[in-house]
Formats: sequence, structure tokens, C-alpha cells
Amino acid sequence: MAELLQFVFSGLTVGAIYALVALGFTLIYKASDIINFAQGEFVMLGGMTTVFVAHAGVPLPLAALLAIIATTAIGLGLHRFAIEPARGATSVALIMITIGASIFLRGTAQIVFDRRFHSLPPLLGADPIQFGGAALLPQSLVVLATATVIVVVLWLFIERTILGKAVIATAANRLAARLVGVDTRRIVALSFAVSAAIGAIAGVLITPITLTSYDAGTLLALKGFAAAMLGGIGSAPGAVVGGLLIGMFEALAAGYLSSNYKDAVAFLIILVVLVAIPQGLFGRAKIERV
Amino acid sequence: MSLRNLLENRLLPPIAVAAVFVSIPWFFPSAYYYRIGALVFIFALAVAGLNLLMGFAGQVSLGHAGFLGIGAYSVAIGPAHFGVPSWLCLFAGAALSAAVAFLVGRPILRLKGHYLAVATLGFGLLVAIVLTNEASLTGGPDGMTVPRLTVFGWSVRGSVIWYWVAGATFVVGFVLALNVMQSPTGRALQAIHDSEIAARVLGIDVARKKLTIFIISAVYASVAGSYLALFNGHVTPDVAGFLRSIELVAMVVLGGMGSILGSLVGAGLLVVLPQTLTIFHEYEQALLGLILIVFMIFLRRGIVPSIAAIISGWRK
Repeated sequence: MAELLQFVFSGLTVGAIYALVALGFTLIYKASDIINFAQGEFVMLGGMTTVFVAHAGVPLPLAALLAIIATTAIGLGLHRFAIEPARGATSVALIMITIGASIFLRGTAQIVFDRRFHSLPPLLGADPIQFGGAALLPQSLVVLATATVIVVVLWLFIERTILGKAVIATAANRLAARLVGVDTRRIVALSFAVSAAIGAIAGVLITPITLTSYDAGTLLALKGFAAAMLGGIGSAPGAVVGGLLIGMFEALAAGYLSSNYKDAVAFLIILVVLVAIPQGLFGRAKIERV
Repeated sequence: MSLRNLLENRLLPPIAVAAVFVSIPWFFPSAYYYRIGALVFIFALAVAGLNLLMGFAGQVSLGHAGFLGIGAYSVAIGPAHFGVPSWLCLFAGAALSAAVAFLVGRPILRLKGHYLAVATLGFGLLVAIVLTNEASLTGGPDGMTVPRLTVFGWSVRGSVIWYWVAGATFVVGFVLALNVMQSPTGRALQAIHDSEIAARVLGIDVARKKLTIFIISAVYASVAGSYLALFNGHVTPDVAGFLRSIELVAMVVLGGMGSILGSLVGAGLLVVLPQTLTIFHEYEQALLGLILIVFMIFLRRGIVPSIAAIISGWRK
């Protein structure tokens, strides 16, 4: 029983991170129908920048803040210099552009930073909390709490502010949104900025637990994408539930089956979901109009 | 045959490639150049297959290195663990790739756009994960040595021989690819590329045509993978990795989607540049990403079709 509880704890922790990555995907996809394959790189940049800025002598909280701001700026730059100029491109071309951006950011991080693994000190100390025979890292609680706060704030923003309504309008019908005076280009730019910020926050939070390196983004992006897909792409509650489920499946597979194949779980889920329930758990089936 | 007929013959590009391929070694100052040439042709073979899928059928695959990996490890594992001759393993690998493409392709080719991209990506990564973890068979992350290819007692080794083998195979693959494009399947695929719904209305079995081309492209990649492993004499799971898949896609995009000649140009550039420019080698990932972005924004057609468009503009 303690064993199972232990797996659930670690599953929830990584699951919360996948949920944040999936939320980033969802936000950009809602606003622009683009799947941003560079979402994982935002997570990597958040972690790596914090590590290196803190190493240069800046206090950790300030370093984290700077990293989040820098990543947000990169997110905006990605939209301005790679997505905007390619307006009207096919979805395959846009995929290739965001894949290119992902490889570009990875390659640049490898040069600007280095190729080693890095860690950060945990926020609330490193002594695990004992609970029901299982150990829980305080940092895991920080991750879960922050994920919850981000989800709530995002929900309040979308539901309660006029800018949030504009996001909904853009997601529902871009042309109609433009006709009623929404600057859809700015909404898409905003979605890239917010997604980048969420990614960076996730990166800062998980680095003490999972370490980070220049190539950490690819796997995170794929697992986040698996989460978004499981939940139903474009559905925010789906992204959260999908992320937690993927994290849980992964932890259970690592614990009971084989830790070597832990990374394979997310891809198997992607393939199964795509084939069996392409609309995901919370998504609506897409009817193709001819 | 008049000159005009000759120029419009669809076999002209492969004949031209064959002529260049046979004559260019006269200018090679050292065996090192044969090595580069062999690598260019090996990658061009895989890229030509992927181009059939991407350029003609309009289906993206971000996991094609998975088939490269299946081909490479077939010629590594077969002789080492089961005592099967290498040349037989090459064919067995191609057959295995075709079977895997059939099994995987049937469900995932129904998907479109980014769903297909992610599904193929997931497939490629699964192959790489299996190759890394089944250490007793594959040697794990460090890889394994590949026994040299022997055909009728003749040992196929060295850059010079591999240059001729890879080049000749590419020319054959080129002609076959052109034939596929001109076949009813090829025409159906172009119809699918233009409008899948219209193609279906015309009575084209869309799913089956896509599957056919997916299998063909998998076999191209598998043979290229086997060649690569036999040529290098060593193989690691990187051959099936994510970066390899992206590299293949970048080669297709760079040379030009839908142009087999472009595949040779794309493979040539991305194989030769890192070898000649140390800057390119150091910043390989960043530059690969930049190339993808810039070409998808400004030169979506790729190098060869763009040049072809300029030339046909002059003629008018």
C-alpha cells in the first residue's frame, strides 16, 4: 500500500508538470490552431536560465523571475519572427516551423549554456515528508500548489476579464472575432507569451526534482502533448486531467513494470488515444465540413 | 530521338545524376571524398523515400529515422546473434520495416496534420527507446559493431566500394521513385495531396494509397539504414533518434518537396556542410532549426523546384 502511495505521489508531481506543458499547448492551439512543438523548450529555458543567472550571483527568486521574463520574450519573438511571417501556411508547414524553432532553441541553449545536467535548490528544503509510509518531497507540494494556482488564475483571466473574452472569441471564430473588433494578432501573440511564461515557471519548479539540460524540452513537449491529446486537444480541464493521468500511468509503469520503458508509456498512450478516441476525454468530436 | 524529346524525357534527371556520379570521382583528391559521397547517396536514398511520402502524398512523418534504425540494427543483430548472412539481413530488415509500416501505418495514416506528425514522432521515439533498452540484443546506448558485408565471398568494404554501391542504389531508387510517381498509385497520391476529399469522391481508396506509399518510403529508409550500418561498421540508437528524423525532414524541405533530385541536393548539402564548415558542425542543431524555419517561411518550395521555376521562366 505504501508502495502504491509512493508511486501516486511521484505520478502526481510529474503529472502536474505535464499538465502545465499541456496547458501551454492548449492555449496556443485555442488561439491559433497551431501546435507549438517548441513548448518543451520554454520549460528547458526557464530552468536553464535560472540556473545560470543564479550562478552569476543573482539571488534565486530574482533569477527565476528574470528567467520567466526572458522566456516570455522568447515566446513573443517566436511568434513575431517565425509564426507571423508564415501566415496562411499549411498546418504541415507550421509544424515544421515550430519543430525548427524547437531545434533552434535547443542548439542555441547548448552553445549559450552547456551540455551538462543542472539542478536548483528546492524551495522548501530537501527533507522528505513521511506520509502513510511513503515519502513526499516538499518541492512536489510546491509544484502541485503552483499548478493549481496557475489553472485558477488562467480560468479567472479567461472567464472574468474582457481580454479573456477576446481570447474565447478568437478561439471560437477568428474571422468573426476580427469583425467585432478583436485584434486577433495580438491575442495570438498574447497566447504565445502566456504559454512561454507557464512553461518557464514549470521549468523553474521541476529543476530541483528532475534536473534540467539543454535537451530536456523534447521529451517534456511530447508528454505534454500526449496529455493534451488524452484530455482532448483545446480543452483546458482536459489538459490538466490528461497531464495528471499520464504522470500517474508513467509512475505506475515505472514502479510495477520497468523503469527503462517509463518514457514509452506516453507514446503508447498517444498512439492508443489517436486511434481509439481521437477527440480525447474532454474534447468534442470534430465533424469535417466539406 | 530529337533533342527536345530527350530533354523532356522523365528519365533525364536520373541519367544526369548517373553521369555525374560516374564522372565525379575523377576529381576526388582522396578516399575521404568517396566517404562523403557514399554518405550523401545513402542519405539521399532515405530522403527520396520520405519525399515520396511528404512531397507527393502530402503526409508528414517525424519518425522516419525509426525505419533507418530497423534497417541498421537488422544487419547488426542478424549476423551477430543469429548467424544470418548480412545481405539476407538487409532484405529481412526491409521486409520487417514494410511489415511494421503496415501495422503502424494502418491506424495512424487516418490522422491528419499535427496528429499524424505526433503519432509518427511517437513511433520513431518508441523504436529508439527499444533499441536503447534491449541491451542484450542491441548493446544499449553504446551500440554494437556491425560485421562487414560479404557477397559471394567478396568483402564489401572501404569508402571507394561503398561510394559505387550507394550511388548505384540511389540511381535505381531514383528511377523506381519516378515510376511510382507515374503509376496509377502515384497519380492518385497527387490527387490526395491536392484535395483528399475530392480524391475520395473520385473513388480513390485514400487510406490504401497512403499506406502503400508509407510502406515504400519505409523500405527506402530501411535499406539506407542497413547501408549506413554496414558502411560505418558500427551502429548506435542515435541512428533512430529524434534529431535524425528531423534531419531527414530538413533534407526533404531544403532540396524541395516533391523533387527526387531535390532529395539528393538536400542530403548533399546537409551531409557536406558539417564536414567542410566547422562552424556548421558546432552549431549543427541551431542551424538545422534555422534552415527549417527560413525555408518554410521564404522558400517553401525548396531549392530544386525554385531553380526549375526560374529556368522555365527564362524559356518563355
